[in-house]
Amino acid sequence: MNVIVCLKQVPGTTDVKVDPQTNTLIRQGIENVINPFDTYALEEGVRLKERHGEGKVTAISMGPPQAEAALREAISLGADEAVLLSDKAFAGADTWATAYTLAQAVNKIGQHDIIICGRQTIDGDTGQVGPELAEMLGIPFVAYVSRIEELADGQMRVQRMVEEGHEVIESPLPAVITVVKEINVPRLPSLRGIARSKSAAVAVWTAPEMGVDESRVGLAGSFTKVIKVFFPQRVSQSEIFQGELASQVDCLVGRLKDADLT
Amino acid sequence: MGIEIDLEQCTGCGNCVPVCPFGLLEVVDDKVQLKEGCTLCGACQEACPVDAILIEAAPAVEAASDEHRGVWVFAEQRHGQLKGVAYELLAKGRELANTLQTDLSAVCFGHDVAEISQLVAHGADKVYLVDSPELADNLEDLYTRQFIELIQEHKPEIVIAGATSLGRAFIPRVAAVLKTGLTADCTGLDIDTENRLLRQTRPTFGGNIMATIICQAKRPQMATVRPRVFKKNTPEAGRKGQIIKLDFDRERITSKTRLLDFVRDLTETVKIEEADIIVSGGRGLGKAENFKLLEELASAMGAAVGASRAAVDEGWIPYSHQVGQTGKTVCPKLYIACGISGAVQHLAGMQTSDVIVAINDNPDAPIFEAATYGIVGDLFKVVPMLTEKLKNG
Ligand SMILES: Cc1cc2nc3c(=O)[nH]c(=O)nc-3n(C[C@H](O)[C@@H](O)[C@@H](O)COP(=O)(O)OP(=O)(O)OC[C@H]3O[C@@H](n4cnc5c(N)ncnc54)[C@H](O)[C@@H]3O)c2cc1C
Ligand code: SF4
Ligand code: SF4
Repeated sequence: MNVIVCLKQVPGTTDVKVDPQTNTLIRQGIENVINPFDTYALEEGVRLKERHGEGKVTAISMGPPQAEAALREAISLGADEAVLLSDKAFAGADTWATAYTLAQAVNKIGQHDIIICGRQTIDGDTGQVGPELAEMLGIPFVAYVSRIEELADGQMRVQRMVEEGHEVIESPLPAVITVVKEINVPRLPSLRGIARSKSAAVAVWTAPEMGVDESRVGLAGSFTKVIKVFFPQRVSQSEIFQGELASQVDCLVGRLKDADLT
Repeated sequence: MGIEIDLEQCTGCGNCVPVCPFGLLEVVDDKVQLKEGCTLCGACQEACPVDAILIEAAPAVEAASDEHRGVWVFAEQRHGQLKGVAYELLAKGRELANTLQTDLSAVCFGHDVAEISQLVAHGADKVYLVDSPELADNLEDLYTRQFIELIQEHKPEIVIAGATSLGRAFIPRVAAVLKTGLTADCTGLDIDTENRLLRQTRPTFGGNIMATIICQAKRPQMATVRPRVFKKNTPEAGRKGQIIKLDFDRERITSKTRLLDFVRDLTETVKIEEADIIVSGGRGLGKAENFKLLEELASAMGAAVGASRAAVDEGWIPYSHQVGQTGKTVCPKLYIACGISGAVQHLAGMQTSDVIVAINDNPDAPIFEAATYGIVGDLFKVVPMLTEKLKNG
């Protein structure tokens, strides 16, 4: 059972505060972490390997040199191998260019049964990389997987979440899936894992080493361009009731009645 | 290509420092310094008053093709019923098509879909309908191939689809094959008339940052939009439009994946996306049993019950009730937030509600800023009083 897990390093929190005076983000001492949804992807990959008793889990990430830390953490959590795709040419990639770069890495890694991604990141937040990657590799794709029921002999049966409930889907392998957090509870790093994460080698692949078409990666290969970034304005026009609770509730009911909302 | 900072220009004002989402900028000795890891996101460029920050993109090699004309909306159905988001997108699509002076088309895949003419009444000039028993279920493999073929044949300049679990899963695959850009979860769409470009605005970083995105050189320009972000138009009964029925080629278009079973989530009796009133609970409820209080209020008002991520993470209520960035976007007439602090991620999912009521014992909770009406007080007292009052009067 050979598993490839795609993970992205993201700023540790999106719970940033906005400075009301300057209307800018207050970000102090933010640490970078593995995208939270990708920790479920990794855990599921490690569990698959454990269940099958053989194979390996390879974690890959495209990012700047410091994303190596995320891959070391992945090793401490059970990944056997880790590859960092890092090159100045990769910077500024949109989801298409990211998926293209990841697809080249998957092809270079070679034999694999399943590729697992998170449902979305907490920074770019698009959820597009997984499905685009599947299409570029020309293999099946299932989104929002909440349970892998069975995976053997080149086939898998999985549950995936949809608005109204869940569906059971069968697909041949290899395939790409994206997972939701309901799928598992990620483990904590083991002592052995931590030791290994310090000594293990994280391979770094650059654009020339991967033989990618440089016009297809990074900002140059991105079809979307961010032309403006701004902070949402919130003008508060709240009416906060005063006085005894009972009379506040009366006021509220009055307002709702006036607006025909009861 | 990349980011360059003109240190001659830089005054060391520090405006750019707090805006970098990755904390990469620092002012040292009155000049800004950039650490490793820049994603070229552009936030700092916008913040610099003296234009000292330059982010240079490679020039677009291909110019956008002039052959592509028309606005398309993917009209999603499930079990033969069109989804509300189809009408919402048609309202926005109509606006875009009018500005561009072009046609608006709806594309629908399914089997025996009810009220197809409603798509015309809601603004479509043309409806491409592919009807086949094979398409009754939302089979993404088939949808992906079929949609790619139609787009390649008819060459629309804009394609918008709902950011539903179906849309989010198959639209990126369509964009991947067509080699074009796709902008996720847009909350604003308008046209740069000079360049005939779709300006797509979307929240990122959990709703903390808004970004406007364009797709300059490739067509179609593709975007997804969450349900309930745009408002539908009132249908126009006599509106004229063409319904074009297309055959589904089951020999050629096949699926690798197979749907074996569908299990409905039974806890969700009233769908929150479609409810006019939502009563929502957060961490302030303290434990699962206390959701009963909200259910009582909800049943007195004919409302659905929602929840913040905190309450869902605690396991007090299933995920299908979650409102917010990683849950559902809702836009009811009335949203009552009980014991919800109002993190931006939650606000992102409900702030367009017509009326928002906040009940929280912490007067500093950010939810009060988003609220139309607020009661600062113990929800365990306020909610039962409210229920009582509404029941009796
Ligand atoms: C403000 C802003 C807005 C943006 N909006 C768009 C947009 O609308 N459309 C667009 O195409 N791009 C957009 N981008 C670019 C996009 O966010 C990326 O940076 C892209 O590299 C990853 O997309 P994502 O973070 O949305 O990943 P998602 O698609 O949300 O990620 C899904 C999964 O893919 C895998 N994955 C994602 N990135 C990597 C990686 N680098 N290495 C390994 N695995 C990975 C992970 O498993 C992850 O859980 C935007 C960027 C910014 C700064
Ligand atoms: S472009 Fe974005 S990531 Fe790079 S320094 Fe500026 S704000 Fe930070
Ligand atoms: S905002 Fe511009 S001038 Fe001010 S510190 Fe940053 S780069 Fe220098």
